[in-house]
Amino acid sequence: MNTMMLTLRRWRQSDLAWSLGRSPEAWLSALVLLAYIGMALLAPVLAPQNPFDLSTLDLMDARLPPAWSEGGQLKYLLGTDGQGRDMVSVMLYGLRMSLLVGIASTLLSLVVGVTLGLIAGYAGGRLDNVIMRAADVQLSFPAILVALLIDGLSRTVLPRAVHEQLSLLIVVIAIALANWVQYARTVRSVTMIEKDKDYVNAVRLIGMGRARILFRHVLPNILSPVLVIATLSIGLAVLTEATLSFLGLGVPATSPSLGTLIRLGNEVLFSGEWWITVLPGLLLIGLVLSVNLFGDWLRDALNPRLK
Amino acid sequence: MTTSNIASPAAPLLSVRHLRVQIPTRHGPLTALDDVSFDIARGEILGFVGESGAGKSITGMAVLGLLDPPAHVTAGEIIFDGQPIHGLPAAQMRRLRGRRIGAIFQDPLLSLNPLLTVGDQLTETMRTHLPMSRDEARERAIEWLRQVGIPSPAERVDAYPHQFSGGMRQRIVIALALCAEPDLVIADEPTTALDVSVQAQVLELLRTQCRERGTAVLLVTHDMGVISENADRVAVMYAGHIAETGPVDQIVNQPRHPYTRGLMGSIPPVDHDTLWLQQIDGAMPRLSARPTGCPFHPRCKHATEQCVTTRPMPHPEGVALVACWHPQQGMATAGVTGVAA
Amino acid sequence: MNMPYLSVKNLSREFKAQGRTVRAVDNVSFEIPVGSTFSLVGESGCGKTTLARVIAGLDKPSAGSMQFSAPVDGRVHRTQMIFQDPYASLNPRWRIGDAIAEPITFQNLRLRADVKQRVEDLLARVGLSAADTAKFPHEFSGGQRQRVSIARALAGEPSFLVCDEPTSALDVSVQAQILNLLKRLEKEEGLTSLFISHNLAVVRFVSSMIGVMYLGRLVEVAQTAELFSAPRHPYTQLLLAAIPRIGQGRRPVSLPAGELPSPLAPPPGCTFHPRCPAAMDICRREAPALRTLDNGVSVACHAVDSGGQPVRFMPGAAHPTSSFSLA
Repeated sequence: MNTMMLTLRRWRQSDLAWSLGRSPEAWLSALVLLAYIGMALLAPVLAPQNPFDLSTLDLMDARLPPAWSEGGQLKYLLGTDGQGRDMVSVMLYGLRMSLLVGIASTLLSLVVGVTLGLIAGYAGGRLDNVIMRAADVQLSFPAILVALLIDGLSRTVLPRAVHEQLSLLIVVIAIALANWVQYARTVRSVTMIEKDKDYVNAVRLIGMGRARILFRHVLPNILSPVLVIATLSIGLAVLTEATLSFLGLGVPATSPSLGTLIRLGNEVLFSGEWWITVLPGLLLIGLVLSVNLFGDWLRDALNPRLK
Repeated sequence: MTTSNIASPAAPLLSVRHLRVQIPTRHGPLTALDDVSFDIARGEILGFVGESGAGKSITGMAVLGLLDPPAHVTAGEIIFDGQPIHGLPAAQMRRLRGRRIGAIFQDPLLSLNPLLTVGDQLTETMRTHLPMSRDEARERAIEWLRQVGIPSPAERVDAYPHQFSGGMRQRIVIALALCAEPDLVIADEPTTALDVSVQAQVLELLRTQCRERGTAVLLVTHDMGVISENADRVAVMYAGHIAETGPVDQIVNQPRHPYTRGLMGSIPPVDHDTLWLQQIDGAMPRLSARPTGCPFHPRCKHATEQCVTTRPMPHPEGVALVACWHPQQGMATAGVTGVAA
Repeated sequence: MNMPYLSVKNLSREFKAQGRTVRAVDNVSFEIPVGSTFSLVGESGCGKTTLARVIAGLDKPSAGSMQFSAPVDGRVHRTQMIFQDPYASLNPRWRIGDAIAEPITFQNLRLRADVKQRVEDLLARVGLSAADTAKFPHEFSGGQRQRVSIARALAGEPSFLVCDEPTSALDVSVQAQILNLLKRLEKEEGLTSLFISHNLAVVRFVSSMIGVMYLGRLVEVAQTAELFSAPRHPYTQLLLAAIPRIGQGRRPVSLPAGELPSPLAPPPGCTFHPRCPAAMDICRREAPALRTLDNGVSVACHAVDSGGQPVRFMPGAAHPTSSFSLA
């Protein structure tokens, strides 16, 4: 408890906290992000209706406009979609799915990228070459294409039922594999600098092995740039997932993400039912914008040269 | 040379009075230099010695008008040849630099443009400040290279800085600083980055060239030995103040200020063995944590109540100016035997 | 007592740079007696840091050997090192208490329950306080960080200590504190040490034996007092003459010009010959071997070999407190 209070006090007095307070984009975007995460976590509690409980759906209520428009009902504040699901509820669950995939894939690509970057930077020589060439090859493919390839391949290879079950995992892996290179490269260059520093030499003297040195001593020093990349990548990951879902790949139809919703709404856009596409779209934009603004601030705040 | 520490009978070339330099931060302004006053007479070599953070480099930068923003002069005046220069606009300061005040910095790679030949840099500097034709300037450049000891100057004048060794580069920097014939040169740690065997040669060059031309030098360094061999007078800096000023032999052999005495005692002697070095406990206070009264009092064996409350102003003690309530007498010994660490 | 703790024989370390092979350490041999401090001194490019790293085990030699004898009292041979840069020698993300504890726990030198106390004891020994264990390196000054490094080195319970320019980055008054501390601790712990520096005054203070290096080679090895009172090798004499003296006024003569050649293209034969006033024909062709004279001093110089007379390098230099014996 004491350590926590001490850490909290240290943080409040730190330069980081001061910088956060000074920049409106920073704390506003931070607040918005917190709100998003809160909404996603508490979706089951906040949603007025469970959109997956087919018994509560009434097809007669499909395609109702938002409450303030003509024909709208107060029960469905933002209207309903093509299957009679309440927009508010379905957007909350959709946000949940988008964030889940976004964060999970970012974490996975972080783990893969950081590990490969550490190994490449510390080992040098052949291993470094192999990893970096793999990275170069990867980079010549656009991220979406990589994700499409993996997703499409898995659909062809796996039987339908299996694919249905695993589709969420596959989406996460696909996006992760598209994005690991940026972590690997940054971590590799920082590792190459840190491994020659004397504090690493001091630990080598007592006979510590390379792997242990990498993870105990070098890793804490690369976290700062990695954190910045990760924050900025979440937005990209969410958008990639949205794109995949929009194209009909991506998450299963039973647990739609914001991207899925945008696709579904797109089909009826020209019949005037704008809210089914536009509202989830706005939510998505809001999420990516605040993540990017926050990430920008974090990058500048953590940059020692700008201090 | 000059033995008096108070302004010599002829008006001094450079006169700094009660200079204060501050750096604004989010916690309030930090005082890097506080009430610094000194003079440099024409042709004199004044040494500025002190440890890191004492403010010696900042003093040189303030005179040159090259303080790193947001640091700026908040009080006091800098008078060069009778003219106040501390508030001059940038364009005028630029003209002053090079023509009347030259500069030599620690790293020759920072003073020399890697993309121009050394000849070009010399001629460009000369032609900016002095009236001469291109051919004349080139002749002079070659002559300068010869003066500073570059072998085969007529060929080397078209070489690039990276083609010279460290010591040679610093010699070229000296030539560059002197070629526009300034009255004052600020030399900030000119030989610190050089090897010891080269250091002596470069310092000797600087000294003889300046003597010949009557150029005054503000020699900033942390090395007491360099000061002892090259300066006429020396000012000892501590935590943004001048602790003591006086003729070099006096300060080095019989310093009055307890800090200077401690400093001299900490230097390991080359010429005899000693069991322990005299040490001053603690460390120089950071800018953000300067003590009240005399900045040295927390580390001083002779500190009294007065030292804690009131800052001592420099006052004459024999031929020296000392900022201390209890100046000491007698020789300072380098190294002490038998004292436990 | 006079048995060597470390015996280095024909040690070399080569690097490939710009297509050429650089011998950073060239055929170096010397011995360090038990419990003494041996210093390697020289200017940039002389190979002293490379040699120190090889001896500490951080780097492998290209040729030659080094042998540590078993320490007295059945102590285990362990090497520890103090580094030059106080800012790079501590992990910025680790609390210093953890950094000091690591050698203890990793090498199982104490029971878990005793580690905390041991760390606090070590901090007290180097002049810091127990409250400092939770702090990070950036909260300390350069001199304090070196103290932390010393505590960490002692935590590893070494029998052999390598100090690579430990005070070069520190101010003079802080240097005095650290040098005093090192000297005291080396005595108390009975350590054998290798001390690297470019500063002859510092080296005189800490060591009992000194080896002078020039462009990768050892040119002179002598007891401290002997080296300063009667330097044999012309380079040693040049170094001593070049040190700025305090309180003795102006330097009366100028030293002969000349600069360190690039390690990529060392002169043939004796690498010092272009700057040496005593250079003979043989110096241009053949590198002199390190020979031990009767009084225990080792010198690598043809002039000394041939005449048996020490070379007097500085015409007219006046140094009242040191004298050169011309025996």
